[in-house]
Amino acid sequence: MGDALVHAVDDVTVAVRSKEFIALLGSSGSGKSTLLNLMAGLDRPTSGAIFARGRNLAEMSSEDLAQHRNHTIGMVFQAFNLLPRMTLEENVELPLRLAEVNRDERPNRVREAVERVRLSARLTHRPSELSGGEQQRAALARALVNRPTILLADEPTGNLDSATGDAILHLLQEINESLGMTIVMVTHDRDRAARYAHRIVTMGDGKLLSDGNNR
Amino acid sequence: MKTRDLTELAARNLREALLRNSLTTLGIAVGVASLVAMLSLGVGLQELANKKLSKSGLFDAVFVSSRANQRGFGRPAQSETAIREPAKILDDEARGKIAALRNVVEVYPEIRFPTEIQFEGKPYSTTVAGIPPSAKAEGAFDGMQGNFFSSPDANEAILQIEFAKDLSTQPDSLIGKNLVLRYAERQALPAEPSPKKADARKSGIDPADEITGQSPGFSIVPREKTFHIIGIVETEPATSVGSFGRGRLLIPMQVAEILRVAQANDLRGLLRRSSSKQTYDSLTVRVRSPSQVKSVEDAIQQMGYGTFSLLDATKSLRLVFAVFDLFLGIFGSLALAVASLGIVNTLVMAILERRREIGILKALGAADRDIRRLFFAEAGVMGLLGGIFGVTLGWLIGSALTFGTNVYLHKRDLPPIDLSSVPWWMAASAIAFSIVVSLAAGIYPASRAAKLNPVEALRYE
Repeated sequence: MGDALVHAVDDVTVAVRSKEFIALLGSSGSGKSTLLNLMAGLDRPTSGAIFARGRNLAEMSSEDLAQHRNHTIGMVFQAFNLLPRMTLEENVELPLRLAEVNRDERPNRVREAVERVRLSARLTHRPSELSGGEQQRAALARALVNRPTILLADEPTGNLDSATGDAILHLLQEINESLGMTIVMVTHDRDRAARYAHRIVTMGDGKLLSDGNNR
Repeated sequence: MKTRDLTELAARNLREALLRNSLTTLGIAVGVASLVAMLSLGVGLQELANKKLSKSGLFDAVFVSSRANQRGFGRPAQSETAIREPAKILDDEARGKIAALRNVVEVYPEIRFPTEIQFEGKPYSTTVAGIPPSAKAEGAFDGMQGNFFSSPDANEAILQIEFAKDLSTQPDSLIGKNLVLRYAERQALPAEPSPKKADARKSGIDPADEITGQSPGFSIVPREKTFHIIGIVETEPATSVGSFGRGRLLIPMQVAEILRVAQANDLRGLLRRSSSKQTYDSLTVRVRSPSQVKSVEDAIQQMGYGTFSLLDATKSLRLVFAVFDLFLGIFGSLALAVASLGIVNTLVMAILERRREIGILKALGAADRDIRRLFFAEAGVMGLLGGIFGVTLGWLIGSALTFGTNVYLHKRDLPPIDLSSVPWWMAASAIAFSIVVSLAAGIYPASRAAKLNPVEALRYE
């Protein structure tokens, strides 16, 4: 909330193609999360433009940005960000409520999303009753339930041990391949980025350092 | 977000911080309760006063006299010409005309005379009053012992309690017994002037002094009549102006009229009137409701008689109660205002506590409007529940006050009263008011929550 303008992301141009799996790599404070938030429509740029499916997010009303977050974007966070007092099922249903999806249709959509992350046995559990990996899978199911075209993941493995982290990344890869969903993942783990992403964009001090194909 | 989802989420949030939200709701309830209790007391006292006063027979009555210069409280004096007009005579013809006016229930003279009764062989002096049938509906006979007159011409008597105590140490035992009324009947003399003139001559009075062509006068004959005691009453209803509570032995008006008891104004009537027709010093006109008093009064004044009513007194009474209600309402609203600060506090606290949740909802696609409506819904639900609970609580407080007052009144041998009153419109508007106040209290927290920056909110740990 500082008054002074900090250029967290400065003069960065990245084009993400449909069905791409991109890793945004960089150390803390490099501006990668800010870039992700700008793409998500959670934040607005002070200047410049962000185009998603032909529309400039910088010029959208806050109502339209909410629609963008709800329909076009699915988000996964390092801290999972599940609502602690809701069951897994209710957490996954939340974006459907916000999107005003028909009540009859919701259970199927929830089941479908939960099956995709292989968590059907845990539907009635609360987040505190789930392991870290399970929580992140639940968050992933919540991100998928509205069938978005872009999945944004902010350090999705940051709070997980390496095996569990790999399982999550595997899941992301699977989603990218089977659903053709565009994925932008923020990480500071170069090895993993190299293992899963199609393309690696490196940032430092808010500036683009490198952008290149991984394969 | 659809209303149903919104309500579900709001209800869920309210349940999650159950203690705090319950305490806030209780705060609203206490505010609403004090408002309802205050207003119900105001309305209850007003209803009580209206009931007691309108049933007292004072406010739906017009008092008619042959003099044209009477006026009511605060009413401008009638014009000089009206005062100078010769007094019109109130006779049976005039009585019939007045009785035929619209909205007039009954017209009756004031019959009230001091006399003597015989009860169980002993004489007692008392005042007898004639009671019109319409008096039955009046408050004075509520809670009386025994019954009201079985018919308008029954030879039945109702005793005023103090008089009943004079007759017997156990007033209750009097009901069913008989008493003998002794009175002076007025008998018109036959029109035979000659022997009278002869007598007059003998006694040295010039026959020219006798008013000729007028009523030959009357004689007074002692009479007795047996009455059956059927009831005992606390107070006599006001059958005429200034008569309140003076009658000690009450008999049906029609019976009282048939008795033709000699009354004080008979002497003056004898001098003034040209015939032996019954004339009245004053008549009481009972009107269907106090709101029609004015029109009936005007109609009677048109006929040339003087009228008097307490209508204007009730107007100032209503004004007093309106101001009274206003003050009670203001004090009640203050309590609700304090309670609404509680809502603001609870919701602002909730924002701090639910920062992260708001951030998540926004990240998942909740619009500012959704967040605002969610907080509004929570405030509204607290207002609704607080309102319902508060009305119940207020009603209970009012009932408790009524109960306490009635215990106090009972100890002092007074009849019970309805001190507080919660009409449905008051309950409904108190709940509506509670919701409106709660929503108003929710405006600031809701817009603050809606404006929350999701990136900041999600960073917040």
